[in-house]
Amino acid sequence: MLDGLRTYRMISVMWIRSTMAYRASFAMTTLGNFTATAFDFVAILLMFSRVDALGGYTLPEIAFLYGLSSVAFGLADLCLGSMERLGRRVRDGTLDTLLVRPAPVLAQMAADQFGLRRLGRVTQGTMVLVYALATVDIDWTALKLLLMPVMILSGAGIFAAVFVAGAAFQFVAQDASEVQNAFTYGGTTLLQYPPTVFATELVRGVTFVLPLSFVNWLPATYVLGRPIPLGLPQWVAFLSPLVAAGCCALAGLAWRAGLRSYRSTGS
Amino acid sequence: MVDGADAGFIELDRVEKVFEVRKKSGFMKRERREVRAVDSISFRVARGEMVGYIGPNGAGKSTTIKMLTGILAPSGGRLSVAGIDPSRERRHLAHRIGVVFGQRTTLWWDLPLIDSYKLMHRMYRIPDARYRQNLDRLVELLDLADLLDVPVRQLSLGQRMRGDIAAALLHDPDVLYLDEPTIGLDVISKARVREFLREVNTERGTTVLLTTHDLQDIEQLCSRVMVIDHGRLMYDGPLAGLHEAGDSERTLVVDLERELPPIEVEGARVVKVEGPRQWLAFPAGTSAAPLVARIAAEYPMVDLSVREPDIEAVIAKMYAEKAAT
Repeated sequence: MLDGLRTYRMISVMWIRSTMAYRASFAMTTLGNFTATAFDFVAILLMFSRVDALGGYTLPEIAFLYGLSSVAFGLADLCLGSMERLGRRVRDGTLDTLLVRPAPVLAQMAADQFGLRRLGRVTQGTMVLVYALATVDIDWTALKLLLMPVMILSGAGIFAAVFVAGAAFQFVAQDASEVQNAFTYGGTTLLQYPPTVFATELVRGVTFVLPLSFVNWLPATYVLGRPIPLGLPQWVAFLSPLVAAGCCALAGLAWRAGLRSYRSTGS
Repeated sequence: MVDGADAGFIELDRVEKVFEVRKKSGFMKRERREVRAVDSISFRVARGEMVGYIGPNGAGKSTTIKMLTGILAPSGGRLSVAGIDPSRERRHLAHRIGVVFGQRTTLWWDLPLIDSYKLMHRMYRIPDARYRQNLDRLVELLDLADLLDVPVRQLSLGQRMRGDIAAALLHDPDVLYLDEPTIGLDVISKARVREFLREVNTERGTTVLLTTHDLQDIEQLCSRVMVIDHGRLMYDGPLAGLHEAGDSERTLVVDLERELPPIEVEGARVVKVEGPRQWLAFPAGTSAAPLVARIAAEYPMVDLSVREPDIEAVIAKMYAEKAAT
């Protein structure tokens, strides 16, 4: 674990330095990342020029969900977005070059081509979240305040687990990066809208099967004073850290199994 | 002769690697088939030896190297490198070995060459003084000074190969694996790489195991050669013995002044005629000079060249012979 973090820091710092050697290019790509992700929110703004509420949620409330989802996902994407390339590395055999080095493969893979430009999404999400916090009507309590950083970190943890598990799946199916994208990029887009606009089955799926709703839906409904989806008990809103820890543990196991199967088949 | 632990620095004992291949055999049906990529191979390499590991495509060379580096776990048998079980203690072993894959770089593709070395420095925890000393030496010997600030993707194949070899040696490994180190290189780059490898082997005592398609690599570098085909070790000994074992033939290519009927000469036979050019096969063990003299005395010869037998041909012959006995 420590070895992994050390490796991760070492490689990512090297990439950041190399990125910073071309500041203009960095500024452009980050701005591009910012703009591309901002379009999602523009789409929501356009909708609200026609309607006053979406699934019973007002614009500031949706901005709240959006901001939480984007920041949590943006952090996971910043740290682990490179995992998506695993399938390609298996296919062209360059994964082998990571296996002959004295450092954990997961850390080497995650830090490879560390994309600082992905800060664009985090920045955009943060701006939307700040707008939401400034406009939304919340009865702040100590518990609700505490829930804010907990939500963001747990959410990032859940998305991180999806990135790792998706990469592990690519050991078996090397062209599965699109499947992974459906759950990562698709997941964050889903969470940007209130649960009330989706079919119950879908909400159930992202609660009990792939627990994305713990990123923002469940805890955020508590903060906003909205009814919790699926008629779940109130305390479920506080389970996000546990769910995140569980997801990460499972993803870690999946990664180990994937790597082991690669090393015994050498596909 | 070396004794004790050094004699079996790399040791394989009936090592096997079986892959399961699934093939579609109709709608939704899949047939399972076992492929023995490595079939009960045993050998020992002493510390400081330089061994060539050759064989045609798909013979099991790369699979063996992958097992020796710990990338792949063997399906059966035992292997050890410097007293370490490679697949169990892969990361521990990594400190002791250097690996160069001819077709893929171990360098960070988009970073300047020097950044890869800096990363290796920290990843392998090479002491600062040692790192600087090794880097200086490698940069000088492999002529890398002008390339250090160039991103790896912009290097030519030969430059990249030199960069890769340097990267593999920064941490003073005891064993160096080279998988096709001269593939795709021009003559000058090949010569440079070979010269450097010879030096590393003699001066540092680094054990070198190299796979190659190029018999010249072996001829110029290795005192010992192992031939593998269909996952089995076909031959293990000096290169000269390989030619004898394979009863191989060299080829004399003769350009005549004009088209003539096939040359009739003692000690060789014509295998191909194409206009004024004729190909003659003669035993690899005999000298070409008297043969050339005999032909020149009777035929109007314009030009000639001698071709060494390629590995595939040698192995094919060896295989045929084994099957016959």
